[in-house]
Amino acid sequence: MSTEPTPMERFLQGIIPENPVYRQLLGLCPTLAVTGSMQSAMTMAGAVLFVLFCANVMISLIRNILKPHLRIVIFTLTIATFVTIVDRFLAAYMYNMSKALGPYIPLIIVNCIIICRCEVCASKQSVFHAGADAIGQSLGFALALGSIAAVREILGAGSFFGLPVLPDVWPDWVIMALPPGAFFTFGLLLGLVNWFTANRAKKEKNS
Amino acid sequence: MKNNYIVQAWLVLLLAVFYGGALAGVQLTLSPKILENKINETRQQVPGLVLGADRADEPIEMESTTLALEKNGRQVFYDVYKAMQNGEPAGWVIKSSGQGYADKIELLVGVNPDLSAITGLFILNQKETPGLGNKIIEDDWRNQFVAKKTDKSLAVVKTGARAGNEIDAITGATISSRAVCTIINSTLNDVKGQLSTVD
Repeated sequence: MSTEPTPMERFLQGIIPENPVYRQLLGLCPTLAVTGSMQSAMTMAGAVLFVLFCANVMISLIRNILKPHLRIVIFTLTIATFVTIVDRFLAAYMYNMSKALGPYIPLIIVNCIIICRCEVCASKQSVFHAGADAIGQSLGFALALGSIAAVREILGAGSFFGLPVLPDVWPDWVIMALPPGAFFTFGLLLGLVNWFTANRAKKEKNS
Repeated sequence: MKNNYIVQAWLVLLLAVFYGGALAGVQLTLSPKILENKINETRQQVPGLVLGADRADEPIEMESTTLALEKNGRQVFYDVYKAMQNGEPAGWVIKSSGQGYADKIELLVGVNPDLSAITGLFILNQKETPGLGNKIIEDDWRNQFVAKKTDKSLAVVKTGARAGNEIDAITGATISSRAVCTIINSTLNDVKGQLSTVD
């Protein structure tokens, strides 16, 4: 790479062009597991935003004293610390949400999006780059979770953020709330995103 | 000196100590709040567990005590909630826990005043396999326990529970199902004959 991406580029890249879920196919465990309702999806997105931002900033601050062969240990240690803080915070102030998300909050520790951003961006670039990168990637993650959760919650429970949006005659598609619904929705949306991208690339080539 | 492992790992060690301290601080600050949430959750469940889900809104007085008893030479403790309605004893809720398939299962079991039948079951904490074992929290499965007599131990069967003390296992999660029954059986065995003395 001749020129390194600027903070603004890092930020924008994360939202759509390098979307962690639709483009990099990372963090799929929470993507499939917590998208049954908008509330849990957005709580997860918020938790990832906090962890990714703190971990990226922390790693970026110490990037010059990192030993290459010990860097992964330090990434994991840092991520685990911030995840534990989020986990305790949710248990104290959002107890029901903490119970609903169950093991998926502690599992953020092994979420590849975060360790990938520490490796790709934070361990090589300044704090501003790392912070912008974290916010961009987290917004991309929130967008992806939100898009899947919206489809699943509306079709599966007839509601959006817990508020009913479809008439009572709507037969709730229970399968959308179950794991297969997550796979169907994710597969179809991923196909849609790829189709749009391919179409756009074709148009650009023709013009 | 350069090749010494400890010297190389100084940053890891330093960060571990620093993070450990930070987490201890977080835990000390937040744990009273988390504990309070847990106690509130338990107290909210008590009316539904003794009176039944459809009467869960009725006012109830409760007293909580800790029951300590000797079992196989070891001390065992149970948190017991005594429920009263209009001055009459309405039932007991006993908090208990035991090993599940993945981790400890913590549950509340409601029984009638003379401890002859189960009136309700609620799972407070579990980390069973999502999609299989974690179905122990679902109403459909838990409702099987309501009105079971306590004179015989509960037994788990794979399909078609018929006899009065039989519980249908969750498909694909026999171990989790059995764990819940085992916890209830040993809890009821332990507290029988003890609870009338709690005042």
